[in-house]
Amino acid sequence: MAIEGIFTAIIEFCQGLLAGTPSWLQTLGLGVLYLVGVLAFVFLNVLYLIYLERKLSAYVQERIGPNRFGPHGLLQSIADAVKILGKEDITPRGADKWVYIIAPIVIFIPATMLYAVIPFGKDLIAADLNIGVFYFLAVASTTTIAILMGGWSSNNKYSLLGAMRAVAQIISYEIPLAFSIVGVVMLAGSLQTSQIVAAQEGTWNIVLQPLAFIIFFIAANAEINRGPFDLVEGEQEIVAGPYVDYTAMRFGMFYLSEYANLLSMSALAVTLFLGGWHGPWLPSWLWFFIKLYIMIYIFMWVRWTFPRIRIDHLMGFNWKVLLPLSLANILVTGVGIKIYQLITIGRW
Amino acid sequence: MAEVKGELQTQEFELNMGPQHPSTHGVYRARLTLDGEKVVKVENIIGYLHRGIEKLAEDRTYTQFIPYTDRLDYLSGMLNNLGYVQTVEKALGIEVPERAEYLRVIMAELSRMASHMVAIASFVLDVSGWTAWFPPFRERERILDLFEMTCGSRMTVSYMRIGGVAADIPPEFLPALKSLLDDLPQFIEQMHALISGNEIFIGRCKGVGKLDIETALAYGVTGPNLRASGLPFDLRKAQPYGCYDRFEFDIPVLTNGDSYDRYLIRLLEIEQSARIIRQAMESLPDGEIMAKVPRVIKLPPGDYYHQIEASKGILGFYLVSDGGTKPYRLHIHSPSFVNLGAIPKLTEGSLIQDFVVTFASIDIVLGDVDR
Repeated sequence: MAIEGIFTAIIEFCQGLLAGTPSWLQTLGLGVLYLVGVLAFVFLNVLYLIYLERKLSAYVQERIGPNRFGPHGLLQSIADAVKILGKEDITPRGADKWVYIIAPIVIFIPATMLYAVIPFGKDLIAADLNIGVFYFLAVASTTTIAILMGGWSSNNKYSLLGAMRAVAQIISYEIPLAFSIVGVVMLAGSLQTSQIVAAQEGTWNIVLQPLAFIIFFIAANAEINRGPFDLVEGEQEIVAGPYVDYTAMRFGMFYLSEYANLLSMSALAVTLFLGGWHGPWLPSWLWFFIKLYIMIYIFMWVRWTFPRIRIDHLMGFNWKVLLPLSLANILVTGVGIKIYQLITIGRW
Repeated sequence: MAEVKGELQTQEFELNMGPQHPSTHGVYRARLTLDGEKVVKVENIIGYLHRGIEKLAEDRTYTQFIPYTDRLDYLSGMLNNLGYVQTVEKALGIEVPERAEYLRVIMAELSRMASHMVAIASFVLDVSGWTAWFPPFRERERILDLFEMTCGSRMTVSYMRIGGVAADIPPEFLPALKSLLDDLPQFIEQMHALISGNEIFIGRCKGVGKLDIETALAYGVTGPNLRASGLPFDLRKAQPYGCYDRFEFDIPVLTNGDSYDRYLIRLLEIEQSARIIRQAMESLPDGEIMAKVPRVIKLPPGDYYHQIEASKGILGFYLVSDGGTKPYRLHIHSPSFVNLGAIPKLTEGSLIQDFVVTFASIDIVLGDVDR
């Protein structure tokens, strides 16, 4: 189908333009192309995810939501973005100035880097690393550093509390998150995201690994500070946590990266558990997007349904429930794979 | 690696929570001493909303003071009105017409319901249950609409008068009230479905900020907070005022005294208030709404005290008269102020998140605390 290959055609066209130039220029040109593609994807999505979140929460709460600017309020996010750009940029007295300035940038870079290993469609992946899943987890975990930087450098007690919570929460929940993925990796026999998607051509991993999916979903929620795990911001207790003192676009960067992380986590969930871009009739990238937005919808649904969990319950739940369950899941998966092999090929 | 000599030191630090803070319900300020997330010491700091209402009373006539009572606990203006006018009526020995008494009961109970709805809404919001904030506020809106059609104002009602009420109800009032009461069970069911049974919500509130009867009595805590601790004390039954003795209703009691019970008891009290209103609606007599009251009100010298069961506890007015047209001194025993006193006792040793939850479950209004 023509639509199927629309993105690969663009890439090939650009490659054709660069043909005959030195190889370093070709690599650079393609890199820029990928970067522009990913950034455009992230920014456009984030703008409309904010709108979607507001509309969805409105429907959950039987309200109307933004409906003033543009048809059905569709331009609301743009107005918000313009507003936030026009705000005064404040660096509080007593702040650790350079750390304070760098933190919003540090948080945004990994948020965009994550998209390198996401297969958006058939042959549509920026960098098909053979340790793709590992790369994703490693880069995603650097968010903690940026939040800690922001929280510490603001020289504000609320920020500090929020930063401490962020470190405790994100690092703890990374463990069940990683372990829940191990089962999927065992099934595919590879850490490469494209291989994992290819392994799901027949059956999606959510069928084979339902427990892992649930653990992954909960841990991912905690990892990106959403839903019942938004302790880092904890509006009712610590106002906005690490972001208390940030204004204007610096705050905007934190906000943006929050939604960029939501997007990338959902993309990872689709890749690992929902069969990636596999699906009948429609083009592969369209399938990917459909699943992606279903995932995002579930994340938002959870957020607007549950109250916030308490910090000691959060830790207890992680170490006493999620971690043993994810370990048990690995064991069961291992035994299951061996039994399957015994049945199908007659040996361990 | 260099060896660490001795133990690592931790340091407690002070955190000013409020007066500008999302969950201090106005301008309350707590000076918290924190050990990490743990609250070691709580100091209540109040007075940011002090308007000197008690002092203002000394320069107003008895009638002129009524609008000021709206601004005490601004979430239940009717109840404050009622407490004040009944104090003056008691001092003068005025007989209030039947119809006015019944209207007062209807309005007071509606006001109690509205106040409890705000309490429930802000409580679930402080546990971060955003969605459950909406149903109570939606119902409360309808109550405020009823107030508006009766006396033209929604929160600062000034509806009660010395000797009766300001206006009779319009013809569309009773049908609207009836449909409101008919929808109440649905609202309560919705609250239970949305939040009461939620695992996280229960985890956040059960056993948090436990208040036993002895402590409650020692601190003088009254109202729903006391009843959630297990003491069925309600002035409407214990010392009936107005025409409350003619209605049949129960005093809901829960025994745990934790934040969850304090939340639940308010839902139960809304049901009981609805029961009272239904009875008052059915037996609403015709007739006058104002008694014959002297044009210039002068209280005989002496001191007078009257208390009612307001939405947050016992609301008392202590009037001292020197025989003139203005009170010599007025003191207001406000439930919020008294209940606030128990906060440090309830929250010391808990987490910051528990502090917010307990604080919200006590349900104070700063206008009532600072006066």
